Amino acid sequence: MMLSTQTITMRFGGLTAVDQASLRVREGSITGLIGPNGAGKTTLFAVIAGFLQPTGGQVLWQGRDITGLKPHQRAQLGIARTFQIVQPFQGLNVLENITIGSYLRHPKTDEAIAKARAVAERVGLGRELEQQASSLTVAGRKRLELARALATEPKLLLLDEVLAGLNPSEIRDIIPVIRAIRDDGVTIFMIEHVMQAVMNLCEEVYVLAQGQMIAEGTPASVCNDPAVIEAYLGKGAATRIANLGGAHA
Amino acid sequence: MRINGYIPIILVTAALAVVPLVSSSNTLFNFMVMSLIITLAAQGWNILGGVAGQTSFGHALFFGVGCYTAAMLQFHFGVNAWVAFFLALLAGAAAGFILGFLSFRAGLRGSYFALITLAFAELMRILANASEWTGGAAGLLLKLDPGLANMQFESRASFLWLALAFVFVGLVISRAIAGSRFGAHLVAVRENEDAARALGVDVLSVKLKAISLSGAMTAAAGVLYVQNFLYIDANIGFGVWISVEALLAPLVGGRGLVLGPLIGTFTLHGLGELTKSFAGRIPGIDLMVFAVVLIGVVAFASGGVLGLLRRFAPRLARRIAV
Repeated sequence: MMLSTQTITMRFGGLTAVDQASLRVREGSITGLIGPNGAGKTTLFAVIAGFLQPTGGQVLWQGRDITGLKPHQRAQLGIARTFQIVQPFQGLNVLENITIGSYLRHPKTDEAIAKARAVAERVGLGRELEQQASSLTVAGRKRLELARALATEPKLLLLDEVLAGLNPSEIRDIIPVIRAIRDDGVTIFMIEHVMQAVMNLCEEVYVLAQGQMIAEGTPASVCNDPAVIEAYLGKGAATRIANLGGAHA
Repeated sequence: MRINGYIPIILVTAALAVVPLVSSSNTLFNFMVMSLIITLAAQGWNILGGVAGQTSFGHALFFGVGCYTAAMLQFHFGVNAWVAFFLALLAGAAAGFILGFLSFRAGLRGSYFALITLAFAELMRILANASEWTGGAAGLLLKLDPGLANMQFESRASFLWLALAFVFVGLVISRAIAGSRFGAHLVAVRENEDAARALGVDVLSVKLKAISLSGAMTAAAGVLYVQNFLYIDANIGFGVWISVEALLAPLVGGRGLVLGPLIGTFTLHGLGELTKSFAGRIPGIDLMVFAVVLIGVVAFASGGVLGLLRRFAPRLARRIAV
């Protein structure tokens, strides 16, 4: 198993953001994490990437406990994350932004820049290399976020809502990019609200609601799970929908 | 390493180096020596405050550590001036590391970090003023004994060239950093610490390296000061004046840019001297000029002189790689 979390709990004062969440991400898979707003998805990501120290539980990387490692150490192991709220280096241009990622595996400047160019090309930023990060469109910034993480040559890519805020055609454009990244051998674990993308890309999906893992399975099975429907639509929604289906039948 | 990036540095240094060959004005030499010493202190500030974005308001700490290490080693132990110089560099780096370890590990940033640096510099000023070792309020006076071995020179031109050589080394170091992975990490820390962390940058270690290097460079400026005036007291070594000079020059010249400190210092002090020659000896008139220039930079040209060049002559700016 590439990555797993064991009963991760994250409390902020009296608020329990993540409550004993366990999950497993298989090597070579695209695994999804969905859940209503405020479920604790981003918090769980932050724990996996090392930005938060969990109150309880463990993060295992290829069987090894990495709960105590700092973010940069996890990046060196091969865990790269993107941020839901994009965090570009505002004052730098696109190429410089990506080069900071590629420096992780290429200490020499020339090699780092060459790598950064290749990554930019791959995510479709090849023509915006000289543009300031602050002047990019939303879609451009999302691609930049993806490119920077990819430039660190990760084994596991944590994508936090890279599709949020994009229009349908932009989403159609970027889905093949994500699939191609996986086909090159990078395992992907993604938080996503765009169900079209989740159905399209993910082989396995975890559902987090109010900090607890309430379901796991294939996208289709999870979408029909009564617990999941109720988490999104409220108590009793599953039975009402089932009755509705019954009436049609 | 691209040699192109070093050409402007070589040209600027060469231009300053010929001044003593075409002029013999002592006033001009004194002006240039003082400006070069401040440039060196500002180059140290620029690595930490400009490139890495950790604004310090207490670089007097490092300047003073440089001054006093060099002066006390020579005064109390008769250590050779050059040996004292290298030990002063180490002391400056150590002071930087300690200050950085205490403040960065605690997560201090922005104005909190600036205030802590100011507090440490003031603390040292008070200690240096009170201790017998440092000569107390009377300061330390070094023996006049000109000679290359003692890092003292009879001719003003020779000392000018020495100070220029130091500044040149500072420029080369700054340029080498700008084109390196370390430089990219400094910029990443300045722009967005969380993003840097996510990309595998060890933020604490990068900051500690930056402040140690910064401390050593500014300490070197302190040593030059002592070797030039052969005198040091607490209000000079750890005084707020040098903290202000070290931060003002890069802001005016171009914060975070290789030539920023040099251009800033000469712009500021050039204007200051010019005003003095017009307005006569009104005490503090040059400080008023500094204030006006600073307000102008903050309000109209946040990139400083080099930023203006970039805006109005982008092709030239690209050629000199600012």
